[in-house]
Amino acid sequence: MNSTIRRTAVALGILIIALMINANVIAVIQNDDLRARDGNRRQIIDEYDQQRGSILVGRKAIAKSVATDERLRYLRVYSDGAAYAPATGYYSVYGATGIEKTDNDLLAGSDDRLFVDRLTTLFSGQQQQGGNVVLTLDADAQRAAFDGLDGQEGAVAAIDPRTGAILAMASSPSFDPNLLASHDPTEVSDNYEKLRRDPGDPLLNRSIQQVYPPGSLFKVVVSAAALSSGEYTPDTEVPGPAILNLPDTSATIGNYFDGPCIGGTLTLTEALAISCNTAFAKIGLKLGDAAIREQAERFGFNERLNVPLTVAPSIYPDNLNAPQTAQSAIGQFDVRSTPLQMAMVAAGVANDGVVMTPYLVAEERAPDLSALSITEPKPLSRAVSAQVAGELQDMMVTVVANGTGASAAIPGFSVGGKTGTAQDGKRPPHVWFMAFAPAEDPQVAVAVIVENGGRLGDDATGGAVAGPIAREVMEAVLQ
Amino acid sequence: MTALDVSPAAVSKKSPKQRRGTELWLLAFAYAITLGAFAQVDIVLLDKLSTDFTTFAIVFGLGLVGAHATLRYLAPHADPILLPAVSLLNGLGLAMIHRLDLAEDLQPADPDYVAQLGWFVLAVGVFFAVLLLVRDHRVLQRYTYTAMLLGLLLLILPLLPVIGAEINGARIWVRLTLGPRTFSFQPAEVAKIVLIVFFAGYLVVKRDVLALARSRVFGIDLPRGRDLGPIVVAWVASLGVLVFQQDLGTSLLFFGLFVTMLYIATERRSWIFIGGFLFAAGAFAAYQLFDHVQLRVGIWLDPFTDESGNGFQIAQSLYGFASGGVLGVGLGQGHPDFVPFAKTDFIMSAFGEELGLTGVMALLALYGIVIERGMRTAVACRDSFGKLLAAGLSVALGIQVFVVVGGVMKLIPLTGLTTPFLSYGGSSLVANWALVALLLRVSDAARRPPDAARREVVA
Repeated sequence: MNSTIRRTAVALGILIIALMINANVIAVIQNDDLRARDGNRRQIIDEYDQQRGSILVGRKAIAKSVATDERLRYLRVYSDGAAYAPATGYYSVYGATGIEKTDNDLLAGSDDRLFVDRLTTLFSGQQQQGGNVVLTLDADAQRAAFDGLDGQEGAVAAIDPRTGAILAMASSPSFDPNLLASHDPTEVSDNYEKLRRDPGDPLLNRSIQQVYPPGSLFKVVVSAAALSSGEYTPDTEVPGPAILNLPDTSATIGNYFDGPCIGGTLTLTEALAISCNTAFAKIGLKLGDAAIREQAERFGFNERLNVPLTVAPSIYPDNLNAPQTAQSAIGQFDVRSTPLQMAMVAAGVANDGVVMTPYLVAEERAPDLSALSITEPKPLSRAVSAQVAGELQDMMVTVVANGTGASAAIPGFSVGGKTGTAQDGKRPPHVWFMAFAPAEDPQVAVAVIVENGGRLGDDATGGAVAGPIAREVMEAVLQ
Repeated sequence: MTALDVSPAAVSKKSPKQRRGTELWLLAFAYAITLGAFAQVDIVLLDKLSTDFTTFAIVFGLGLVGAHATLRYLAPHADPILLPAVSLLNGLGLAMIHRLDLAEDLQPADPDYVAQLGWFVLAVGVFFAVLLLVRDHRVLQRYTYTAMLLGLLLLILPLLPVIGAEINGARIWVRLTLGPRTFSFQPAEVAKIVLIVFFAGYLVVKRDVLALARSRVFGIDLPRGRDLGPIVVAWVASLGVLVFQQDLGTSLLFFGLFVTMLYIATERRSWIFIGGFLFAAGAFAAYQLFDHVQLRVGIWLDPFTDESGNGFQIAQSLYGFASGGVLGVGLGQGHPDFVPFAKTDFIMSAFGEELGLTGVMALLALYGIVIERGMRTAVACRDSFGKLLAAGLSVALGIQVFVVVGGVMKLIPLTGLTTPFLSYGGSSLVANWALVALLLRVSDAARRPPDAARREVVA
């Protein structure tokens, strides 16, 4: 029997070796993937064991970790949580969103740049801390934006046209991240379920994650394309009939108001000021969809951005036929935009044609508050020439001074703006406003959307509902 | 062995190599490692050595001394490696159970490790009793059919009303209420040893007929139809365990064990193929017929799609191993308590996390040593029954380690079996110490020099 016993012994040896090989595969090859999986709570639990860095707006920590005597040592606390939630996101035992997620390595102290820091704390026996993130947000602008929305479903995005720094990122309805920061997993998952099921979708950051038809705001993009084509000046006379028959179809485009625009013929400036649909549809047909797409893309459409939060790409669709091009020229059909993208259009116009890359993180700091990195403003693209930009600025100033955008006027400042009303299948339509101020030395560009007309419903217009919010946000920055 | 060896070499060998001294040193080494592990757990989690440490050091130390003394007096020629190896496994298991107690609560009112230490004391008692009562392993051959009846009875026990109990989905427990306390044990652990005795006794008698009588079918030597009886019975019995007790592990263990012993005894490879075919057919049928088997296989193939549900255990276990990496996070510094059943089925994952790949490799190597020393005993043993018994005991240990550790590492579908010597659980620990006692008994006979054997017989 000895030969069979020996063979069996070899077989048993192979079984043990198979286990050893498998152990090696898990611990050496698969371990990084397994550690990074969301279902693996170890990393986050370890993170709770040290003081996570703060998220700051100006000098104020809007998210910070405070010591507790619970088993998870630090509790995340948000001040003014609902207003800042679209930017901060939340940090929970189940995972994180927003800046809490995108800057997790720094906040948790595991960032490579904190290596020396970690080494020092290891040998000195001090508690390790995470680094801090300073946001670009302007506390007053953010407050004005969130209060201005006042619970209506909608969003505000404001940027500094000269740098691309995001000054306000508000979404409404919002949520209090403290509800998800609890150490009690059941409480967190209950609260999360409640928020997830809320018909107002408070977890959605509408300013960058949601796209809407831009409606009449898109006329600024079409105007830019028209002026850049060389065939138009602000004073070029364009036809503005009451009804425009579209080629190849029985469909028509009418104006928001009944009748033709100022007797049927008007200048480009006037067409923008009174938001004449038929005039812009006709200009769109003449320019063609390729020219408009190129212009839209120069403003940032069809591009994926991370600010570092991921921004949903705004869309100007491919392969449009003539009726679709006409619809698209007034921001309907399948044209879609985030509020941030519309703020970038206003900012590009205000910044003499250069669109700056939007960013939310101004500075990253080590635990001792020394700067690790300061974000340098970067141009994203040149949307229009400085001359065209100047012409567009004048046209948009006229919109506020003499047109539909009067509600955004700020005494003592020249404000450029554009109203919008966008059909999204459902009644009442969404109302928009985008603006910049002051025209001669732009400091803020803003876009506001209030879904389905907000409280005014069918009576809402961009000027009546969204304009005042845009004005308050700009005033907050200008003061 | 018939002629007396009167050569000068044999006569001058006054003291045949017993190596009990070596064993004592190795035991001291195992004891030191274990105490170190226990102390680290206390210092990391409690910042001091607890009173548990002192109790542990005394009780565990005395237990090892007792086991060593047992061998010195009752099996002086036995293998010197086996006892230190299983002691180290048992000691590290105790340290890890203590660590997991502390993970649940820093002042556990009813720590599992204390119960396990009690089981260890009982196990050493059983170790002593087995070696005392079984002075010659060949005696066991007389009880071949008694062992069969006892083994089957033990297997059926959990299915009986009142005493049988289902815990965590498997009906493999017997629960007795004596006064205020309830005792649960898994009879399958004891049945394992008893059935090995039966298999060995049965195969010693039948091996010739099973090996020689055969018919050729399609060029393959097949046993005669009536000789297939026993393997079919074993097959049906293990399928019965699978179906009625929903215990995949035990089923696999018994069938694999029987087929391997059949192969060893008859030296005919055809049994492996027949066994393999029957196993494949049974497994396929079970997969088709039973939801719980399908579920297990599904979890094995992809534990992550239903990670928060059915795949939870295995996903958590893999996270444990991954988190440990090569060197481990250190005893007391990980989260092995995130893995369900960390003290029992998944204890290897706890070691993987805190002692890392290094620790897991060391533990697997220890199992490898125990198994291979057992197989060596089988080779060295002079009688067929002893060979089969030693081989059967080692094979059982080997299959059990492979099935449970392979399960928690997702090498094979997860089945419920305890990790020998490491897992929390009295029946398993006591049964495995008894298993090692029998191995050492055979080893003592195998390594005893012929003259010493003669002297003993004369005396």
